[in-house]
Amino acid sequence: MWEYTDKVKEHFLNPKNVGEIENPDGIAEVGSIACGDALKLTFKLDENKRIKEARFKTFGCASAIASASALTEMIKGMTVEEAMNVTNQDIADCLGGLPPEKMHCSVLGQEALEKSIEYYRGVPSIVKEGEVICECFGITDKEIEKAIKENHLTTIEEITNYTKAGGGCKKCHDKIQKIIDRAYSQPTAEPEPKERPKLTNIQKIRLIEETIEREIRPSLKHDGGDIDLVDIIGNRVIVATRGACAVCPASQQTLKGFVESKLRELVSPELIVEEVSQ
Amino acid sequence: MKATYLDNNATTRVAPEVLEEMLPYFSDLYGNPSSMHSFGGQVAKKLNDARQKVSDIINASPDEIIFTSCGTESDNTAILSALAVNPDKRHIVTSRVEHPAIKALCEHLQEKGYRVTTLDVDSRGNLDMEQYEKSLSADTAAVSLMWANNETGVIFPVEKAAALAHERGILFHTDAVQAVGKVPIDIKKTDISMLSFSGHKIHAQKGIGVLYVRRGTKFLPFMIGGHQEKGRRGGTENTPSIIGLGKACQLAALNLEDENTKVLKLRDRLENEILKRIPNSKVNGGGAPRLPNTTNISFEFVEGESILLLMDEYGICASSGSACTSGSLQPSHVLRAMGVPYTMAHGSIRFSLSTYNTDEDIDLVIGKLPPIIARLREMSPYWNQGTACENM
Repeated sequence: MWEYTDKVKEHFLNPKNVGEIENPDGIAEVGSIACGDALKLTFKLDENKRIKEARFKTFGCASAIASASALTEMIKGMTVEEAMNVTNQDIADCLGGLPPEKMHCSVLGQEALEKSIEYYRGVPSIVKEGEVICECFGITDKEIEKAIKENHLTTIEEITNYTKAGGGCKKCHDKIQKIIDRAYSQPTAEPEPKERPKLTNIQKIRLIEETIEREIRPSLKHDGGDIDLVDIIGNRVIVATRGACAVCPASQQTLKGFVESKLRELVSPELIVEEVSQ
Repeated sequence: MKATYLDNNATTRVAPEVLEEMLPYFSDLYGNPSSMHSFGGQVAKKLNDARQKVSDIINASPDEIIFTSCGTESDNTAILSALAVNPDKRHIVTSRVEHPAIKALCEHLQEKGYRVTTLDVDSRGNLDMEQYEKSLSADTAAVSLMWANNETGVIFPVEKAAALAHERGILFHTDAVQAVGKVPIDIKKTDISMLSFSGHKIHAQKGIGVLYVRRGTKFLPFMIGGHQEKGRRGGTENTPSIIGLGKACQLAALNLEDENTKVLKLRDRLENEILKRIPNSKVNGGGAPRLPNTTNISFEFVEGESILLLMDEYGICASSGSACTSGSLQPSHVLRAMGVPYTMAHGSIRFSLSTYNTDEDIDLVIGKLPPIIARLREMSPYWNQGTACENM
């Protein structure tokens, strides 16, 4: 049995704003019956362009119903600009949290909200952008990237919990892992131009160790690999490859494309990663 | 709140008689049956009695019974033994609707290089016997087909299937976890080589399973250790559970008729009333031979977890084949194998009864369920009030 919070139970047992508004200002339908949950959201604005009324219809589990109910309560009184800023995490927070496996219910709510606002603004409803990665649930790389960025997801399991991608036949797991790796190897879309404070040697070493431990190891371990920090000489970071990495012909690319760029991004742009000579 | 328990294919209550039988072996009579002293010896004697009672329920001989820790262990032991004694054969035949104890094991073996044929079922859940017969070859090491399906209760013609395997010298295993105690089984009249069942489905406690291995069947143990179970399963015997299971098997044999009359009548009333009171509902596996205690009903355009949690408000215990309850994101593999459409598969509820259920239990469900379904349908974007939606 899922451990639902009292808030989830309350919204599930006594959902608010069930139904459909006639002649709505915003309307959207997301999800599908094949996927196991679907949400139809409608809203109407008042004369001050604030959301006066929001209603939903949901096909889905308790947390899908609760997420939709909470969402409609949250956005009442907001302008569409304010509503655009509501994230799936806000919906989950409003419910006192959701079990990790159920986070996709909050994502569904956020998607419906976004799409209904697009409808209101007259933005032509775009056919799903990007390349479909998960065939079972029709999830694209763009959706996965968005979920990674907004929720700081680092594992395939988390991606599945939030987007359902990878939850069916599992054939797309390699592709999802690549998207995760890419997301963390690239500097974020808007690079922060601000100067990093100059680090002392001790600070730099500690930061390198921490970054390897927190940001790099988990991804490598996921593929059965690992690295050990051997030495730091000036800006040269000497590492030894372990596990799958040690025998992987692509380990050089991993060291340069992933480990080095990650360290450059998070510690210092001057760092150079080298493999210890055998 | 009183629990109205209609989830007996998940697990059953321990019968009071079984509990009573077990209790002394948790406290005063704690001896090891392998010991040389009479303190342990008295437990060994009781264990022999239990083994006799357990073998009786399928009309086997006591030496054909191996006690294990659960149905899954029995299933795993059977398949792995069949492969180990046939090292040059690389093919396994099973079905698409098996319990995970077989299904996941076969998927694992497939990854290890074995060839696995998973037989299809039709929309009623019946096995494709023609496909089965064609699949058997000189390379087939083992066939494993469940006797009765845990989700739908659909019964496979395992006796016929076993005969076809036997003619070709192929070991035949059946997972009879749901069948024992509900279907009369006379193992001597069949060609079944190995059969698994479990205590907690027949009012014994959890943590005790049985593997029947026909005399003369080549066998290699899965748990290697001491001489227990004639060297076929090492590890000190779970004495209270085995003794409890003996009692449970004795009771199950006595209750077999009840299951097929009293329980069947309750199940049929539950099923018929639900179908009558709730539009757009359908029994999965309804057209096939079925266990007397099980009904699996789909409610179109609603989702199973929501139904379960609303029934839970009244203490009604059942289960669902919906994605949200399975821990995965896809609905039950059994319903998908039967080609049940998504509009129906997500809204499936299984009620499984036992001899402890009463007419009052059925009254509660048929009173509470229709408004629950109506309420969820009102909330569903796929349901048009008052009219059946066109099928999607």
